[in-house]
Amino acid sequence: MKPEEIIQQGECVYKKPTLLTDTNMHYCPGCSHGVVHKLIAEVIEEMGAEDKAIGVSPVGCAVFAYNYIDIDWVQAAHGRAPSVATALKRLNPDNLIFTYQGDGDLAAIGTCETIHAANRGENIAIIFINNAIYGMTGGQMAPTTLLGMKTATTPYGRRVDLNGHPLVMAPIMAQLDGTCYVTRQSVHTPAAVRKAKAAIRKAFENSMAGKGTSMVEIVSTCNSGWKLSPAKSNEWMIENMFKKYPLGDLKNE
Amino acid sequence: MAKIKGAVVVDTERCKGCDLCAVACPLDVLAMQSKLVNNRGYHYAYTINAEKCIGCQSCALVCPDGCITVYRMQID
Amino acid sequence: MESDIRLMKGNEALAHAMIRYGADGYFGYPITPQSEVLETLEAEMPWETTGMVVLQAESEVAAVNMVYAGAGSGKAVCTSSSSPGMSLMQEGVSYIAAAELPVLLINCMRGGPGLGTIQPSQADYFQTTKGGGHGDYRLIALAPSSVQEMCDFVALGWDLAFKYRNPAIILADGIVGQMMEKVVLPEQRPRRTQEELIKQCPWAATGRTNGRKRNVITSLELDAHAMEIINNNLQAKYKLIEDNEVRYEALNCDDCEYLLVAFGSMARICEKVMEMARKQGLKVGLLRPITLWPFPSKAIAEAAKNAKGILVPELSAGQMIEDVKLAVNCKVEVRHFGRLGGVVPNPDEVLEALRNMMNE
Repeated sequence: MKPEEIIQQGECVYKKPTLLTDTNMHYCPGCSHGVVHKLIAEVIEEMGAEDKAIGVSPVGCAVFAYNYIDIDWVQAAHGRAPSVATALKRLNPDNLIFTYQGDGDLAAIGTCETIHAANRGENIAIIFINNAIYGMTGGQMAPTTLLGMKTATTPYGRRVDLNGHPLVMAPIMAQLDGTCYVTRQSVHTPAAVRKAKAAIRKAFENSMAGKGTSMVEIVSTCNSGWKLSPAKSNEWMIENMFKKYPLGDLKNE
Repeated sequence: MAKIKGAVVVDTERCKGCDLCAVACPLDVLAMQSKLVNNRGYHYAYTINAEKCIGCQSCALVCPDGCITVYRMQID
Repeated sequence: MESDIRLMKGNEALAHAMIRYGADGYFGYPITPQSEVLETLEAEMPWETTGMVVLQAESEVAAVNMVYAGAGSGKAVCTSSSSPGMSLMQEGVSYIAAAELPVLLINCMRGGPGLGTIQPSQADYFQTTKGGGHGDYRLIALAPSSVQEMCDFVALGWDLAFKYRNPAIILADGIVGQMMEKVVLPEQRPRRTQEELIKQCPWAATGRTNGRKRNVITSLELDAHAMEIINNNLQAKYKLIEDNEVRYEALNCDDCEYLLVAFGSMARICEKVMEMARKQGLKVGLLRPITLWPFPSKAIAEAAKNAKGILVPELSAGQMIEDVKLAVNCKVEVRHFGRLGGVVPNPDEVLEALRNMMNE
């Protein structure tokens, strides 16, 4: 049987979600952001929450998330996405409110807002893209940059004496009484993508059920920043990132 | 015995040629064009072994740009 | 219905006025001398009655971004602070102005710079009327000089903010915030229903209802030419506000030989100065800008038409005086009188400064 016949007669089992717009995403080839955007669009579609969802986009590579997922958005100042989400959810308790933040936004400039929103148990979902580097500004050190990792501002590798330790956010979030779900996922294999999608779905359902704050950390690649091909980036991530940021649930209540 | 056959369609203009679909495919169905590029200059993905496809969706799941549509059919 | 007359602080009046306006939310962080706003709201528990959300944020930075979001979803939201806290908020204020959101801001000024003092000041005039944050933007700035105006300007501020999709700010100071006066509270207005809100704010991020395009609240535009158009549209709006929303109070300005121009609590002191001067046969008038932006330049020029001099008393080193000079185009001598660092002058000091000006 020819492929053309299968396309005509067979069942379509996977296609780009309708909520993902036709606008070409500005992300570099192979960037994890695209996969996560796709998952968010799929989950909102499957939940039938197109009219309920309000996303909060950060400052960073994902600032233009509002061009790619066809829902209402509020673009937040750098680091303030959890504050923005707090007010959106408190004032619009029937809406599905989520933030989409990178490691600079969530773990450097916005650490305070992230911790306090979670500690108050705001009924929001936080999607945290951790690729251990500042992508948008050109590959500088992030709070989550691994020791020894070369970036534009740690050209000889991150050193403890100069730059301190990588900041591991998930356990901090997990020990807060206000969080109900903290998990670490990735999107480098088909199986990982399926699990990450389930995690995002759970976080979004928690927001709607008023269970508290959920955080889904996606350990991600930044092949441009890491100066590796997308495939090599995945290998590097498995070898190095997963040691410091192991996958799995840290809290699931 | 019933057999599952699949087919993929790549949105070649949306594709950025990142190669992740080809890596994810268990049956080497996909490859990147080595010479041809799309309008944005990317060596896009194409089916080099289309007949091997089983419609497992691995390529589509890992595609960051949602370029791949997957079809599947049961052949008795 | 009998009017609801109470004796209360200016800060307390702000809180009551918010609830009675039918406000949707208040987000703030304690700082002297304005903490009574949040304290009163927490004590009144409006979430039990009108459904108004009240939240003590973790910082002024968080609070200003909360009102950015709240107004982004079309809600009537407010934050208040005092000088150092307002400085922290300025990035957010710039975002709010750029995204054209109808936020009500309140600054109950204290003496600076730096951590300064908790005593009253008017030294945030520049910050409020000339920018504060980055970029070309304007705030509709209302300067109350009584507890009644603290109350009334809440409704006025929000009405203007929604009318023009522009942040409005009540620029008060530690005196009007802390002093107690008789105030007539307005009747309770119902909060808008979600249907009314969507009708009033079709641009708001309320969740994409079927059939409409997604609404995005953002201030980002990377294309320079598109960003210039956004700026030009903002400037056109500001021109409209300047043409239509100037507010001021003119007392004895028709025959005055010397003009006092003062705002807020300083204007109250100047009212006494004018009264004392008139008793001594001196033809002194007072022009009190109520909107600091848009500034009542024409009214000042008109009032100063036959004046020999203008005295601008301020609780600062001289900030509004620059706008007064521009208003009269330096055709009349304009002189500054000020006390700094939280010191409040008595009327005698101001009158003496006025007499010195006359005698020279």
